[in-house]
Amino acid sequence: MRLLAQDALFPDWNITENVGNAWDAFVDASEVVFDALSTFLDDTLVSSVEWILTTPPPIVVIIALALVAWFSKGWKLGLGTFVAFWAMQSIGYFEPTMESLAIVLVAALIALVIGVPLGILASRSGPASKILRPVLDFMQTMPSFVYLMLAVALVGVGAAGGVLASVIFAMPPAVRLTELGIRQVDKEVVEAAEAFGATPGEVLRQVQLPLALPTIMAGVNQVIMLSLSMVVIGGLAGGGGIAGNVVEGVTRLDFGLGIVAGLCVVVLAVFLDRVTSALGGDDGAAAAA
Amino acid sequence: MSHIDVKGLTKVFGNHPERGVELARQGKSKDEILAETGQVLAVNDVSFDVDQGEMFVVMGLSGSGKSTVIRMLNRLIEPTSGTVDLDGERISDMSMSRLREVRAQKMSMVFQHFALFPHRTVGDNAAYGLKIQGVDEAERRERAEGALARVGLSGWFDRYPSEMSGGMKQRVGIARGLATDADILLMDEPFSALDPLIRRDMQDLLMELQAELSRTVVFITHDLNEAMRIGDRIVVMKDGAVVQVGTGEEIIHDPATTYVADFVADVDRSRVLTASLAMHEPSATFGPDATPREVLDHLDTSERNGVYVVDDDNRVLGVARDQEMAAAMQANAPTIRDHLVDAYATASPDTLLDDLSAIAARHTVSIAVIDDEGHLLGTVPRPALLRALAGDRRMDATRGSDGPARDQVEAPSEDATTSREVPA
Repeated sequence: MRLLAQDALFPDWNITENVGNAWDAFVDASEVVFDALSTFLDDTLVSSVEWILTTPPPIVVIIALALVAWFSKGWKLGLGTFVAFWAMQSIGYFEPTMESLAIVLVAALIALVIGVPLGILASRSGPASKILRPVLDFMQTMPSFVYLMLAVALVGVGAAGGVLASVIFAMPPAVRLTELGIRQVDKEVVEAAEAFGATPGEVLRQVQLPLALPTIMAGVNQVIMLSLSMVVIGGLAGGGGIAGNVVEGVTRLDFGLGIVAGLCVVVLAVFLDRVTSALGGDDGAAAAA
Repeated sequence: MSHIDVKGLTKVFGNHPERGVELARQGKSKDEILAETGQVLAVNDVSFDVDQGEMFVVMGLSGSGKSTVIRMLNRLIEPTSGTVDLDGERISDMSMSRLREVRAQKMSMVFQHFALFPHRTVGDNAAYGLKIQGVDEAERRERAEGALARVGLSGWFDRYPSEMSGGMKQRVGIARGLATDADILLMDEPFSALDPLIRRDMQDLLMELQAELSRTVVFITHDLNEAMRIGDRIVVMKDGAVVQVGTGEEIIHDPATTYVADFVADVDRSRVLTASLAMHEPSATFGPDATPREVLDHLDTSERNGVYVVDDDNRVLGVARDQEMAAAMQANAPTIRDHLVDAYATASPDTLLDDLSAIAARHTVSIAVIDDEGHLLGTVPRPALLRALAGDRRMDATRGSDGPARDQVEAPSEDATTSREVPA
């Protein structure tokens, strides 16, 4: 029985310290790179988008968002968007919500710029697909707080940390759904393009991507929603925006602030979801026509 | 030189195809190779050639490797071994860029499930091959509209495939194949997904187009009736190998194996076999200067009621029947010339047995098979017709392949008054 005892069967490894030291070393070594990245993300990308969303008078931005909703889905969503954001401005939370939207948009854009090409690669190469799959699993299942901690260690507190954590957390659906969408395209249709002499690039651009678009757009939708959820968590790391208000409400046990700021996040989420899924749906209908 | 020349084409699917090829060369079967190596022998040593303007049908059940064969012709599937030559140029060795040129300019393809681009208009679908070739938009539109008109789809240019029925979609598929003016049309079970009535329409359409354009068509089907109907020649495949190559008539009449025989058992023979198959040399013919008594003597001994009378050039003058001959003898007529009747039916060697059976019993004499100039090539007695329809293979032995009646034309009897007994 003693053989089964803890001491005999399991060595007493203590690696957390080692991993921590290794991480510190990595952070020290890559400080220059990540400082530059932080500046680029925070001062260039997020600031630019934020400038666009917060510099004009709020009513102009609200109407612009309502028009986006109208054209992507219909007048009902447009009207709902207008009313919701108008109310948000009336209670004074429109500007922080737009700050969060800027971070979401930047993070989602980066995730897509990296994720969609990776998805295309995975759809065309069996080995690439096999290598990517466990990496994506890892990215999706690692607790999001851990990303936040690591991102803060790398790029410091602020919007850049939120963006970096969001990109890692939100990218997998872009890769997966792009790969799935391309692999789902009718094999005979791809053969038809090849049989008429199309190059692999022409097959991709003229047949595979257009026909995979509804699935890819479903990926875009998921990327944006995951970015939003991560950006809210990013409020813990001083990400600012409406997430900052939520965190403030939680830490101060200010129920009014917490609930109202939380509702603003919900409104933003519903707006982003309806607009992006409508874009996928419409394009899907056109592709199926 | 044949247009498409396929030699020893073999395809093994799996991670060690060369092992499969080796075992196939040793004569192992598809199942044995699968059990021993896990490799799937899809196509095994297939050779055939297709002539310019020919409608060449590859027929087999699912799993016979026919779809793999057609895809190896344009290398949508790479052959494991074997060669494909197109006008002497080796397709199986050429670079990808040259292959794409050949695909764009020389070979187009029609697919079983149409494989239209759902996000493009009907016109853009038809013009796809031209777009790949870099043809400018105005010319693309003109040629695509021409191709659509040929398949009966004028006015559909700006519509979408989703608005169309299956038959119409496949018309677009065919138009896409025609628009590039490619000489070769590869058709992979193009009509299998269609209703039987539509399928027949499409077969008619294809045959009309073929009569007009005479492209070289390689046509895949699992439907033997379809193969018989449209194919100039048919190759029958089983388990990845060629079982028989020949015309529809040859395959039905002289199946190479019991597999083919079982396969063709259900075919409506009357719609495939022609008069030339059931034709006999006439047992006897008389010249117009024969006496009524000579004819009666012959009819008496051969237990018939009438006989064909031909001129020196073997053209049919009429029929000498027993009743008229008896009357002529009573009237002391010197020859039968003025006592002939035209109570007989004629057919050409290409007339389908189906059409022959309709007229077979109408007259006392057998149906006369004549060529374009009216020369008597032979006759089709009712028993021979019924026997051909019943699928009696021994008929080959009794049937002269050249038609002995034709020999008679070359060497007409000097003495027109004697009966021309034909050597059996």
